[in-house]
Amino acid sequence: METSLTRYIWSNTRLQQIWILFVVAVSMIPYFMSFDLPKQIVNGPIQGNGFETPGATRTFMHLEYDVPVFGKVVFFDGLELTRFQTLMALSLVFLLLVIINGLFKLYINTYKGRLGERMLRRIRFELIDRVLRFPPAQFKRVKSAEIATMIKDEVEPMGGFTGDAFVQPALLGGQAITALVFIIMQNFWLGMIAAGIVAVQGVVIPRMRKRLLELGRQRQLTARELSGRVGEIVDGIGTIHGNDTSNFERADIASRLGLIFSIRYDLYQWKFLVKFINNFLAQVTPFLFYSIGGFLALQGRLDIGQLVAVINAYKDLPGPLKELIDWDQARQDVQVKYNQVVEQFNVDMLVDPRIQALAPDPVNRLEHSLHAVNLTLSDDSGAPLLRHVTLEIKPGETAAIVGNSGSGAEALAEAFARLIWPEQGRITIDGKDILELPESVTGRRIAYAASDTYFFHGTLRDNLLYGLKHAPLTKVEYEGAKAAKNKWNINEARRAGNPELDVNSDWVDYVSAGVTGPDDLFKVVRPVLDAVLISQDILDMALRSNVDIKTHADLTDRIVELRQALRKRLKKEDLDDLVVPFKLDEYNPQATVGENLLFGSMRRPMMTNRKLAAHPYFRSVLRENDLYIDLYNMGLEIAANAVELFEDLPPDHPFFQQLTFMTADDIPAYQVLLQKLQGRGIDAASADERTSIIRLSFSYIEPRHRFGLLNSQLMAKIVDARARFHQNMPDDLKAVIERYDPERFISTATLLDNVLFGRIGFTQADGSDRLRTILRDLFDRLGLFESVLSIGMDFDVGSGGKRLTNVQRQKLNVARALLKRADYVIFNRPLPALDQRVQDHITHNIMEDLHEEGHAPAIIWVLSNTALANLFDRVIVFDKGTLVEDGTHATLLEKNGIFKELVS
Amino acid sequence: MLLKDEVEMLRRVPLFSGVAPAKLKLLAFTSERVSYKSGQILFRQGDPADAAYVILTGGADILSDSPSGEIKVAEIEHDSIVGEIAILCDVSRTATVRANSALEALRISKDHFLKLLSDYPEMTIEIMRVLADRLSHTTTELSEARSKQKQAAK
Repeated sequence: METSLTRYIWSNTRLQQIWILFVVAVSMIPYFMSFDLPKQIVNGPIQGNGFETPGATRTFMHLEYDVPVFGKVVFFDGLELTRFQTLMALSLVFLLLVIINGLFKLYINTYKGRLGERMLRRIRFELIDRVLRFPPAQFKRVKSAEIATMIKDEVEPMGGFTGDAFVQPALLGGQAITALVFIIMQNFWLGMIAAGIVAVQGVVIPRMRKRLLELGRQRQLTARELSGRVGEIVDGIGTIHGNDTSNFERADIASRLGLIFSIRYDLYQWKFLVKFINNFLAQVTPFLFYSIGGFLALQGRLDIGQLVAVINAYKDLPGPLKELIDWDQARQDVQVKYNQVVEQFNVDMLVDPRIQALAPDPVNRLEHSLHAVNLTLSDDSGAPLLRHVTLEIKPGETAAIVGNSGSGAEALAEAFARLIWPEQGRITIDGKDILELPESVTGRRIAYAASDTYFFHGTLRDNLLYGLKHAPLTKVEYEGAKAAKNKWNINEARRAGNPELDVNSDWVDYVSAGVTGPDDLFKVVRPVLDAVLISQDILDMALRSNVDIKTHADLTDRIVELRQALRKRLKKEDLDDLVVPFKLDEYNPQATVGENLLFGSMRRPMMTNRKLAAHPYFRSVLRENDLYIDLYNMGLEIAANAVELFEDLPPDHPFFQQLTFMTADDIPAYQVLLQKLQGRGIDAASADERTSIIRLSFSYIEPRHRFGLLNSQLMAKIVDARARFHQNMPDDLKAVIERYDPERFISTATLLDNVLFGRIGFTQADGSDRLRTILRDLFDRLGLFESVLSIGMDFDVGSGGKRLTNVQRQKLNVARALLKRADYVIFNRPLPALDQRVQDHITHNIMEDLHEEGHAPAIIWVLSNTALANLFDRVIVFDKGTLVEDGTHATLLEKNGIFKELVS
Repeated sequence: MLLKDEVEMLRRVPLFSGVAPAKLKLLAFTSERVSYKSGQILFRQGDPADAAYVILTGGADILSDSPSGEIKVAEIEHDSIVGEIAILCDVSRTATVRANSALEALRISKDHFLKLLSDYPEMTIEIMRVLADRLSHTTTELSEARSKQKQAAK
């Protein structure tokens, strides 16, 4: 990267800088004209110069210039105006100049701002581009939060400075020089005094500022380290809690903040000292003018008119000078910051941009062997991991790599994946070093999965298909305003040196995944998900999620069919009572009283239980028939039961898990309430007390809680209230409450609730497990399994995939590697989080079933369980960093060597 | 069936007969009511043990895997508890239990059961009594079987 910021700015914005300099120069004309005008107005029409006789007129706007060759040319004869007319005309000209000056300022500032923002965009992009090209070892040294701070915060002032980088010194320098020249013209010696002081300012102040700059550099470094530490605390919070080291972290942060404070305070003090000296020097000059100039005047060597003119002219000097010094300070400050950043990003062995060049076209299959030639690998401390290994993996060959941990097997796999760069020797395909092959070849034709997984924030789908997103493959057609905006975006990207790749395009390379497009994607995705045993998890995610009706209409449109099929199936298997369906005119004993009343689902968070309970319409429905009195009595009974059952238990007793309608902390409050209210009727309770009692009744489920509080009469009353509630529902409630409708998909309820359209009976043993099996089979039979998977794929995996379990992440990581359909697939102990049994199951699935149809890649698998080696064509055994045995499973067993030892 | 009925039934189970009704109510409330159809399996031999079952109505067969297939070891009726041994000593299920008629049971999870034992020593003593009873029963049977074997050998 360019080390001088000024040069960097100049080389990237040369033309714009020249243009803005030109505009600034032009803007000086009206600016100086507006200086002269007030004098003309005061002297002319106001004081009456030139209008001595009544009715006198003057020529206004007489334009006449000396043009070379043509001689005097009159452009405009001018108008004859009276005194009052002249006043008005001149005032209007003044107003016009004000507007013109303002417009110039507006244009210049906007232009400079835009220039700065483009520059910022360019620098930021360039830095991130470099991060993408860092060699792998670099990432062992840097903290992500520090890099983020540099890119986000530390380069920010560079944008602001860009606009002023050349304009400001030109403008201010010009002004200062003009003022100085004027002074010198009035009186040479006084001018020399002024110039001398300026020179002292120019020498002393920057010197003093050296320390400021050093402090500024320290401030930047310590702040960056602070953000690195904050990032570490966030990432390592589990370790901190687990070791009770939070106070150690507090101490560390406090000492860092202390250091930052002392630096900043030092900076602050020094800054104001510099300011003081600067101001002092600026004020010394008039002192010298008055004393020396006065002395000269007294001696008669200087006339007083000149002295006054000099002092007047000097007024214009300190302003620009001060700003110029400020500008210089800003320049140095930004330059220091820039150097700091550049230092961090100027990394040796940066990946050549050609290796990452965009390649929209399909990449040919790798039809040559993967060779490791005299390969030696070592870790960061220089300890050897692998010594002089030479080996060849043929296309389509499956090889098990076996060895204890530390045997070098894992390091070899990492080297194949280009995660470790060789110390000696190289890895080649068709004679070419894989480090020099474009990533469009290695990243597409070689797949790698190890135990450490990384998932980006987004949906499961995004993450699973991540390995297929190499280039924008479709051209998005924008229309109307969007097209204009898109054009603008492209232009701006080009101006800031950013690429013009459209992130909205479909990046997924369906062809290389072996399908024609998004529609038949599941043809390849599903076998892979089945092979890594994760489809059941994804199915569960789908069942628990709310479904977007627009994107998954293929399923939601068939919901009625699905519900009927489920009923039929349950009937056939004699499981009728597993699910109790919702019926509009019947009470559903397996649902809560609240659900039975509502008979619908709420659009959260716009509507909540609390908001509904407070809604006047809902209240009026309850008041009819005195239902609320029934519910109140019921709530009182529930409270009495709960208090009786739980009052003696300590609050952390595990039995409290069963208490669904209140928490352990609520018990004492309800105890007090009961003492006050029991046996006294509803009128004894205040509005708040009523609410907290009635609330309990809403969560009651008779088969679950078994207090015996529901009778057929009350159930009928609730069903009746439900009908009335839905009959005249006001619009504001209609918008947020969706009634259960057997004929329609309920968008605010989960997929499971939609399919069941009822509740699983509480007394059904293993009800939900049995139902899951049935549903899976049902989806399959109706051809909806893929639609359901697609819904599960919408699951948001959270930051770093943290909403998934470790087991799920490792399975998906393997699935992602398989989906690429690479020619060499490398698995480096990819599933340690799983039980051995499940790992074996998955290995069998992948080795035996997955590649039956056509595509058969070479698989290099560093095995955790040596017993699985018989699934592979070839077994390679490593021990202490060297290759010790190589051959088929059978020959190695006969050999009685290390392999036999490992297997037994 | 309501909580109070369950309490009545629990009291008829010898293991719980000495426990105060209020505690039995808590036990009933915190356990899960499950119903099984005839032929449905409560748990299988070899499964990890996570709960004990109090049979409220109906009956079940206790089956054991043997080289010659499943054999019925015993039959249990209502008002009895099954599966409590496995959760006490943390072994997997030693037998399969299958409902032989429509069956209603209370499923007491392992954690809750152990918590109950530590909270109510009278229950622990009762359990000990039942276990000791069984042990002496088994010992008698064993010595009888041995003497028969000896006689047969002679």
